[in-house]
Amino acid sequence: MGSVYRARDLHFPNVVKLVAVKEMVITTPDPLVRKTIVQNFEREANILATLNHSAIPRIYDYFSEEDRSYLVLEYIHGKDMEAVISDNDGFLTEEQVLTWAIELCDVLAYLHDHKPDPIIFRDMKPSNVMIDHNGDVKLVDFGIAKAFQTGQKGTMIGTEGYSPPEQYRGEATQLADLYALGATLHHALSRRDPRMEPPFSFAERPLRKINPAVSTELETVIAKALEYNPEDRFPSINDMKDSLLASAHKTGILSKVATTSISKGNGIKPLWTFKCEDEIRSTPLNYRNTIYIGCYDNNLYAINAADGNFLWKYPTEGGIVSKPVAYEDNIFFGSEDNRLHVISARSGKVVWTYYTDGPVRSSVHIAEGHAFIGSDDQYLHAVNLNTGRSAWKFETSDPVRSTPFVANELVYVGNEMGDFLAIDFRGNLKWRFRAKRAITSSPVVAGQMVLFSSLDSTLYALDHRNGFVIWRFRLGKGSISTPCVSDDMVFVGAADGFIYAVEAKTSKEIWRFRTDHQVSSSPVVYKDSLYCGSVDGYLYCLEYRTGRLRWKFGTEGQFVGSPLVYDDIVYIGSTDHQIYALLA
Amino acid sequence: MEFFQKLFGKTTPQPQEATATTAPLTDQQIESILYGKNIQYDLQQLVAASGQSVGKQRELNEDSLLAITATLAGNSGSLPFGLYIVADGMGGHQYGEVASNAAIRTVGGHIMHKFAPYLFNLKPSSPDESLQEIMQTAVREAQKTIQSEAPSSGTTLTAALVLGQQVTIAHVGDSRAYHIYPDGRSEVVTRDHSLVKRLEELGHISEEEAENYPHRNVLYRALGQGEILEPDVFTVAFPQTGYLMLCSDGLWGVVADLDMHRMINEAPNLQRACQNLVEAANAAGGPDNISVIIVQMIG
Repeated sequence: MGSVYRARDLHFPNVVKLVAVKEMVITTPDPLVRKTIVQNFEREANILATLNHSAIPRIYDYFSEEDRSYLVLEYIHGKDMEAVISDNDGFLTEEQVLTWAIELCDVLAYLHDHKPDPIIFRDMKPSNVMIDHNGDVKLVDFGIAKAFQTGQKGTMIGTEGYSPPEQYRGEATQLADLYALGATLHHALSRRDPRMEPPFSFAERPLRKINPAVSTELETVIAKALEYNPEDRFPSINDMKDSLLASAHKTGILSKVATTSISKGNGIKPLWTFKCEDEIRSTPLNYRNTIYIGCYDNNLYAINAADGNFLWKYPTEGGIVSKPVAYEDNIFFGSEDNRLHVISARSGKVVWTYYTDGPVRSSVHIAEGHAFIGSDDQYLHAVNLNTGRSAWKFETSDPVRSTPFVANELVYVGNEMGDFLAIDFRGNLKWRFRAKRAITSSPVVAGQMVLFSSLDSTLYALDHRNGFVIWRFRLGKGSISTPCVSDDMVFVGAADGFIYAVEAKTSKEIWRFRTDHQVSSSPVVYKDSLYCGSVDGYLYCLEYRTGRLRWKFGTEGQFVGSPLVYDDIVYIGSTDHQIYALLA
Repeated sequence: MEFFQKLFGKTTPQPQEATATTAPLTDQQIESILYGKNIQYDLQQLVAASGQSVGKQRELNEDSLLAITATLAGNSGSLPFGLYIVADGMGGHQYGEVASNAAIRTVGGHIMHKFAPYLFNLKPSSPDESLQEIMQTAVREAQKTIQSEAPSSGTTLTAALVLGQQVTIAHVGDSRAYHIYPDGRSEVVTRDHSLVKRLEELGHISEEEAENYPHRNVLYRALGQGEILEPDVFTVAFPQTGYLMLCSDGLWGVVADLDMHRMINEAPNLQRACQNLVEAANAAGGPDNISVIIVQMIG
């Protein structure tokens, strides 16, 4: 029927570029059938050419000659999963199989979401999954063989043992791929080849009976994928992936999985960059298509969000490390010149300023007609927005660099001594909690909890009403990163270089991702990605539920401030004096 | 109208979503909801009641329960504090009652000890550990005690620590914690660590088969069993308008969820609700020991 050759591309005579050449032999003598077959082949090759996914080999060329057709494909260093299973003496580990399973779900979801028509792989089995030298999966044998057979009647499409019952009736939907993936995983974990067993008999071979090391959680997911009736399976491959993730989450396996991911290089080009005159440690703000950001060169810059063109700058007399805040067409920000500046968002002209007795490194939180801001003068200031005058100030007895958060009629803030305070709107202390070291991180209220991290290497979740510690999560080192809450998960960076994901209800670690230097930037979740900068000079984009690296973007400087994601664009400032706008 | 609302500060509850399908409320339910709504309590506090019975078929009561409700109110305000535990000693083992008794006392003792400075010192101080850590260590202590006092026995444990508006739960085995709301909605907040539940989750048996499964009492995780024990520990919001209920499988395995919720919502008070539930379980054959605790937050 066909063979695959390893070949060398002689277009590159000076280097050895290997390609895979797949040969199809057309045996039918009927010229009309031959023509249809070649057309189908070309159509399939064309589809392959439109696919762009790291787990799908690239196609370089195709051609037909007499009764043979050829595909020239990316050569994959590695071996197929069937060989991996049989060459391994014992069972493959659950972590290993689960990592592959999640990657396979990703690539199948990519195919199922293909526009205009979804692509059904139809032949998921271990021998069609290559494990490359990085340990990543590649889906091979792309339906081309099947396209060749579409002219023939009564052909069983797919592979016996892996294909679901309905596929034998000629119905192949996304749920057929889902079943076959279940069968593939069952084979990988049990070492029992389904082709040697009666069809659809997976339920008689519960995984844990054969391989007790498999968790019940994973067993449950695979059993559901292998349901006889399609309607009893997961409704989509994404749902199956979610359940795999949930199972990994329960067994705690994912924390190991996430750290094994490999970087995919730095092929990302910024949409625009803008250069200031000193380091940028502040976090940008987007307000009416303008980016506002503070810089160590003492200026607050206003830049066109679409093209990075300079609009205006406003000079202060100190470095600006805080994040600007917009309120009623004015921009509020603190500067190390001791002042809270309020300027017009449009013109950059001063509206009013408020003096404190120390450098201002905290950002503003605006609520209930007041601007709340901390200062190195050890006070938390409440400034009336109408008058620009102090409503009250609360002495905390150490510099306040944490940004206040207002919720439930309380103002929450930390200070450099490690005090965490909840203050009511009249400026009276409601409750106090003490961490062992400074709280520079800014609090976030989520549900019943107020969350923040501390230099004492702990992420805290306190009852926002009374300050009782609901849970503490131990970080490898101290943290000044502000936590981010999304989907019942809490994300935070720490000086040990990790970005952590913790379940909000149970404080269990879901995953951790290692960067090469401390993470003082605060993570941001946008759609299904998490963005976070690191002092190692990279901005990381991770899949937020698994911590798998999607891409990273490197600069010469360090990322100390946090990214802003708005309208599918990530904005971030670096100590290399530049602001970057990247496609999310 | 708005003026009156402002004056009396009572907003009408959000109507249920149109798509929600719940059984229509009985007159009694409506009455009790309205009754509860019209009364205002100035002091926020917990109210709890419990019920227990050996059942109709066992000679020995292997269930244990503990209910502590504390109200300390004064100028510094009041913070509701409650500790509620249900433990169901394992019948197949020797000394099931010893295990469940050790469980409630060790866990209860550990937690109360940790909170004594907060509750009883002149200058109240919060514990150093987090609520979840206190629950974890309490369960570990109980595990040690049971292994030395009653080796080879085991017990379930569902412990709920209520502090303010939050409930921190430690859970092992197949006793349950429920959130029950006056409009008939309810939620099992714990996950049974039982073989039958596992089989049901795996799809090996259906829900009806599960109800008649012969080995319903087999647990895959229990206090006193195994070297490493990992309790489920988590924090959820207290069901403000409703009830927190803890019970052993002698109740939830015998009386249908809907009937339980109806009885609670229709009873004139919590102690009557507990007794009615116990009686219902006994009327249905009382195959096992029955324990139940119901907690409500008022004010």
